[in-house]
Amino acid sequence: MAVATMPITKTTSIGVSTLQIARRAVLRYLRTPQLIVLGTIQGAMFLLIFRYVFGGAIAISGGIPYVDFLVPGFITTGVLFSGMGAATGAAEDLEQGFVDRLRSLPVPRVCFLTGRALADTAWNTWGLIVTAAIGFAVGFRLHDSVVNALAAFGLCVIFGFAFEWLFIMLGLLAGTPQAAQGMALLVFPFTFISSAYIPVSSMPGWLQAFASRQPITYMVDSVRALTQGQAAETLIGHSAGYLVVRALLWALGFVVVFGPLAALRYRRS
Amino acid sequence: MALIIEARGLTKRFGKTQALDGLDLTAESGQVVALLGPNGAGKTTFIRMVATLLRPDGGDLRVGGYDVRRQAPAVRRTIGLAGQFAAIEPAMTGRENLEMVARLFGQNRKNARSNASSVLEMLGLADAAGRLVRTYSGGMRRKLDLGASLVGAPKLLLLDEPTTGLDPRSRIELWDAIRTLVGQGTDVLLTTQYLDEADNLASHVVIIDHGRVVAAGTPAELKRRVGGKVIEVHVRTDDDVARVAQVLRRFDHGEVRIDQATRQVSVSVEGGGPVLMNALRAVEEAGLEVEDVALRQPKLDEVFLTLTGQPSADAALETTAS
Ligand SMILES: Nc1ncnc2c1ncn2[C@@H]1O[C@H](COP(=O)(O)OP(=O)(O)OP(=O)(O)O)[C@@H](O)[C@H]1O
Ligand SMILES: [Mg+2]
Repeated sequence: MAVATMPITKTTSIGVSTLQIARRAVLRYLRTPQLIVLGTIQGAMFLLIFRYVFGGAIAISGGIPYVDFLVPGFITTGVLFSGMGAATGAAEDLEQGFVDRLRSLPVPRVCFLTGRALADTAWNTWGLIVTAAIGFAVGFRLHDSVVNALAAFGLCVIFGFAFEWLFIMLGLLAGTPQAAQGMALLVFPFTFISSAYIPVSSMPGWLQAFASRQPITYMVDSVRALTQGQAAETLIGHSAGYLVVRALLWALGFVVVFGPLAALRYRRS
Repeated sequence: MALIIEARGLTKRFGKTQALDGLDLTAESGQVVALLGPNGAGKTTFIRMVATLLRPDGGDLRVGGYDVRRQAPAVRRTIGLAGQFAAIEPAMTGRENLEMVARLFGQNRKNARSNASSVLEMLGLADAAGRLVRTYSGGMRRKLDLGASLVGAPKLLLLDEPTTGLDPRSRIELWDAIRTLVGQGTDVLLTTQYLDEADNLASHVVIIDHGRVVAAGTPAELKRRVGGKVIEVHVRTDDDVARVAQVLRRFDHGEVRIDQATRQVSVSVEGGGPVLMNALRAVEEAGLEVEDVALRQPKLDEVFLTLTGQPSADAALETTAS
């Protein structure tokens, strides 16, 4: 067998390793059609329920139609739901021995994490496109420039990336996909205690105090302001710039806190 | 000769379990080493240490001359690991799996492709190369896993129970593949719970239990100490058990073992067919009737019994342990 050998001390480059690991994770998503179909149907179903079942009972002040209020919240929190795939994916990689294989190869340690984050971001972006398309289909419209809308989309990609570090860490911590899913589901309530689906002002005071200050609210409101313009800024009480800065700071905070934690957990696993 | 593995006084503790308890093991280049031991003996723990997946608590371990603690990247370039459970990607084809590992090993696209091809060819997986691994049988998966461990052309292959759970045919095919590799100059460290596997593949066998080496040597040396084969005689009546034991004692190499509950008498013998014939003749001459008789390889617990004079402490737990 003519097999070429490599110099003994060399470590494979970070770029190649990351891409190979990301490619595998993306193929795992793509070649599990049930995942894509189910994910799309689920997303569409929940959007339709909020839009048509709850929507009638929720009035937004300032003359913003509920669908225009809801869809930015729905798209933004969507990254949390597709982000759960990162948690179960990381846990499966541990459980099924992929992590062991990687660690027995001359690959830089960090590449498992960068590869996963890259793949999960691609997966998230796809989810964002689908959700946005469904949003437009049920009547969502932009009330600001297309440039701002694209910026909002970019923000969602960044938020997704930021949350992934939390999910990857949870996945590595959980160790089994079932446990990972269970842990990831704990973020569910936080999307409800935010401005994603209903105005925070309708909540009792003590809950409002939390809901109006938590990261998901800043993220949702920044996307809302960028897609709905003046009316949304008036409703929220802050300018788009103010919201975007805070949302990005939160995103940065997630990466700074959970990135190293995930790396530490990977080292120990 | 150069030492490919050099372990001195290795220890590893998991909570209350002392998985490795001062393990000494050296393997020369050009040898196939089989690590033989019952469940929980520490085989996987040792393999994982050699593969730099676990750090030793104490002791020294050099692989291919490199220290596993301080020169891990060089060790990783020396070894290829096929773990106890096949770690290949079901959502990728056989070829994609091997190419990915080759690329992660640092090969460029062209080399990765051609190495993957030759490995697939060698393992007889060329026809299935384009199929998703999801559709592979258990034996094909094991083979592909072996392929993944050798596509990087490592100096030392680490195979943790490579044939556990395979049907006899796949088992023999995998053995052939391993022998081919060895013929090409790859060193192999494999673990197994089967004596015949060690006998078939290895030039050096190390028997471990409780994280320590119990015995080591060539298969022939060990067999000489254990006795080559076991004659197992099953009789009709309870009374015959003792009588058959009496007769068989003459052929005994170690000790006659009696299992009254199953009315079974077994004895380690040297040599094969002729001894069996003589033994049967002797039983017949004594006027005893036999239900069933077999000549077989000694089981692992019998090896322990002979080599250590005491049963492996895990033998009793084997049914409950995973
Ligand atoms: N990560 C771990 N945490 C706790 N205990 C462990 C861990 N890994 C191994 N052990 C324990 O260490 C001992 C040795 O385990 P090891 O997996 O090395 O055995 P083995 O010889 O490979 O057994 P088997 O034939 O069942 O694969 C066992 O008692 C096992 O329970
Ligand atoms: Mg094991």
